[in-house]
Amino acid sequence: MAEFSTPTTEQQFAENFAQLKPLMNRTEALYESSRCLFCFDAPCIQACPSGIDIPQFIRQINSGNDTGAARTIYEANYFGNACGKVCPTEVLCEGACVYNLQEVKPIEIGRLQSFATTKVIKSGEKLFGPGVANGKSVAVIGAGPAGISAACELRVLGYAVDVFEAKAQPSGLTVYGVAPYKITNEETLAEMAYLQAQFGYATHFNSPINSRAELAALENKYDAIFLGIGLGSTNVLGLPGDGKINCLGAVEFIAELRQHHHAIKVGRRVVVLGGGNTAMDAASESARMGAENVVMAYRRGNAEMGAYAFEYDLAKSVGVKGLFNVSPVAILGDGYVTGVRFVRTATAGDRVHEVAGSEFVEPCDMVIMATGQAKKTGFLELIPGLQLDGKGRIVADAQTGQTTNPKYFASGDARNGGAEVVNATAEAKVAARGIHAYLSK
Amino acid sequence: MPDLSINFAGIKAPNPFWLASAPPTNSGYQVMKAFDAGWGGAVWKTLGVPVVNVSSRYGGVNYRDKRLVGFNNIELISDRPLADNLREIEEVKKRFPNHAVIASLMVQSRQEWHDIVRQSQDAGADGFELNFGCPHGMCERGMGSAVGQEPKVLQMIVEWVMEVATKPVIVKLTPNISDITEPALAARRAGANAISLINTIQSIVGVDLDRFAPYPVVDGKGTNGGYCGPAVKPIALNMVKNCAQHPGIKLPISGIGGIENWRDAVEHILLGASSVQVCTAAMHFGFGIIREMAAGLTQYMTDKGFQTIDDMVGRALPNVLHWEDLNMKYKVTANIHAEKCIGCQLCYTACEDGAHQAIRLNAGTRVPEIIEENCVGCNLCSLVCPVEECITMERTDDGTQRLTWKERTAAGTIPTEFNDERAGGRHHWVPAPAAALGKERHKTLPGKARLISGETQVPVTGE
Repeated sequence: MAEFSTPTTEQQFAENFAQLKPLMNRTEALYESSRCLFCFDAPCIQACPSGIDIPQFIRQINSGNDTGAARTIYEANYFGNACGKVCPTEVLCEGACVYNLQEVKPIEIGRLQSFATTKVIKSGEKLFGPGVANGKSVAVIGAGPAGISAACELRVLGYAVDVFEAKAQPSGLTVYGVAPYKITNEETLAEMAYLQAQFGYATHFNSPINSRAELAALENKYDAIFLGIGLGSTNVLGLPGDGKINCLGAVEFIAELRQHHHAIKVGRRVVVLGGGNTAMDAASESARMGAENVVMAYRRGNAEMGAYAFEYDLAKSVGVKGLFNVSPVAILGDGYVTGVRFVRTATAGDRVHEVAGSEFVEPCDMVIMATGQAKKTGFLELIPGLQLDGKGRIVADAQTGQTTNPKYFASGDARNGGAEVVNATAEAKVAARGIHAYLSK
Repeated sequence: MPDLSINFAGIKAPNPFWLASAPPTNSGYQVMKAFDAGWGGAVWKTLGVPVVNVSSRYGGVNYRDKRLVGFNNIELISDRPLADNLREIEEVKKRFPNHAVIASLMVQSRQEWHDIVRQSQDAGADGFELNFGCPHGMCERGMGSAVGQEPKVLQMIVEWVMEVATKPVIVKLTPNISDITEPALAARRAGANAISLINTIQSIVGVDLDRFAPYPVVDGKGTNGGYCGPAVKPIALNMVKNCAQHPGIKLPISGIGGIENWRDAVEHILLGASSVQVCTAAMHFGFGIIREMAAGLTQYMTDKGFQTIDDMVGRALPNVLHWEDLNMKYKVTANIHAEKCIGCQLCYTACEDGAHQAIRLNAGTRVPEIIEENCVGCNLCSLVCPVEECITMERTDDGTQRLTWKERTAAGTIPTEFNDERAGGRHHWVPAPAAALGKERHKTLPGKARLISGETQVPVTGE
């Protein structure tokens, strides 16, 4: 049944993972920008967590001022290019487009955004620069959307900024976690290089901060510390047999895929456990890697999945099959995975219960668990006075991003529990201003 | 099936669609191809003493993604020897005896006019169109619009032509004049059989922002050209109407200007044209557009029960009045059909900033509301609304009363002093000027402004 044959070259990989939002050319951008109605108090702006003045940049593209369009975008959102490609625009700006109410295709805002920003990234045209140095410095932990956005904004405000990243590359999940058909590694890293060249923050890769001693050193050296640490590895379900070979976490699977492309091996029959957007990504990606049978198993009904409807549609379009109201009981196999034992479930009110005697085995040779990411509570406990909420999220002031340890500020997944790139970048910008307000007192 | 054929001042054609004198009628090849495609007539590219043209001749006006909503040219009359043109006219007429072939002419002396009229007649032309319209190049040599702008000179030249013409003579008028009826009347006095209008409008269609030169650019320089295309239709329609309504003119009119589809043609006809001429649309899309034009005209005539083109000519003229004769008791008010509204709020901002603050926004909905007592019935909201029939202008007077400015003037009830109580806007509510300050800052300066003003509320989308 496989729609896709297993890619063995970079070119085949690129074909199987063709960009969902390919780059527009000037003509398409002209046509698309011409369709914009330029609404008053436009709903698309309201729907954008980073508040990009969308009609303004569309007007600028339409009048041939692509550079100005890029400036409008970056003024509001440092991940302007990435957001154009990875944002769930269907439920944000494009979902709010008034054309939807007329049953007319909404403006392709994401692609227009990428069009303008790609142009300046490619030309290297400098739009911004750091502000006048104020003699203070901030350490940023984590080079993801939150950390890099905070670094940019802090540089504008005149701070010296050091970004510490455990991994080898910046942008966090944008390069390690987003599905490859949403954005390429090259695109992601080009934007990172573009930002760094303009704002001039220092980056320290392969530099994990893990211990109290390392934190203490940062606390001594810097005036404030920004936490953009994101989430940890996939939650462990504790299923019998989950240590078998080819049973892995979705986050780890996707990170491998993003870095090694066709060099990784995917099973012939894959079972994905979960019903969120990460489950959709892992399932779609397995299918595009040539898996013959991809089943996405979720313990509740179709309508209750956490994933966006368009993400499920996308998964179905590449042959993924949904298996609903089932709960995994055990991972089967002898060394290697050979199947998953499920029990059927029923929902009574809000509660899911297992249906006795309904167990069955779904044979497979790979299991991907998309069961959420763990919070980095162990690390966060090293910060004195830092409060977490009941779900392990960092407690921080909504207006300033300041945590319960006044020297620490936080944004992104570690604070909001796991949201979009655009949420992280928008929150981080606010937090950077919170740091500025705190240090200007 | 309605009959599309016409007899225009004695010139017969199978339909009213003629190609205007311009590049599409430069050669027998083109004219035959056009007739083959279905055009009813062609006014040949202007004959005279052949010219030499520059390279880089046309400029365009684009609107957003739409190309050539306006078009201009700095090309002159025919650059081909007269004998070649005449031989081809003869050949076309032999093959298409029932189609109209009209020789457009532009020369200087009386002798030249006599010679070229006679030679064109001999070649078989069905009529003449005297080019008194070209607003670039030729006018600098005392021809084209230089003639059209001087009614006395125009009249004299038409008289020269009438001395030898045995076929109908059409005078083509330039719009580059404050009152189009003056040259039309001069043509009438000289005995012309018809008029055609408009020729192109003197124009600069754009400036190259890098070379600091007007389009079309010729070796870094440019010159004014002649403007045409869809953008000029409103100007043409008004001038056609002016000539058609003038009691002293009473000549058949060939309508020219911005005609691209059957609707444009019908508009010209309803305002008094009895043939129409097309150039830009044919230059943009080729001769094939005639199929849509002819089919559309036929359908319209069928729907309206018109048997012939003459049944339609000037049908809108009785309804084109002077402003002072309009009924001031007529009142319309905007009505927003909420179920169709998509919430773009263009009507709101248009009325708020560009009209009479007669639309308000209410909390909790994107559908604006008309403030009826403030609405003057200007139509602006309904014009900017992107949804068909979403904002309609509803009549609110009972239709029994009629009062015109002319009648009010006669009755002495018009405002006559600076602070007259009878001023139309005297009792119309306007907001206090300072109420404008900051009113929409948070809406019209979004994005960055919202952030800096500290109004940002970052929504968090679940887990």
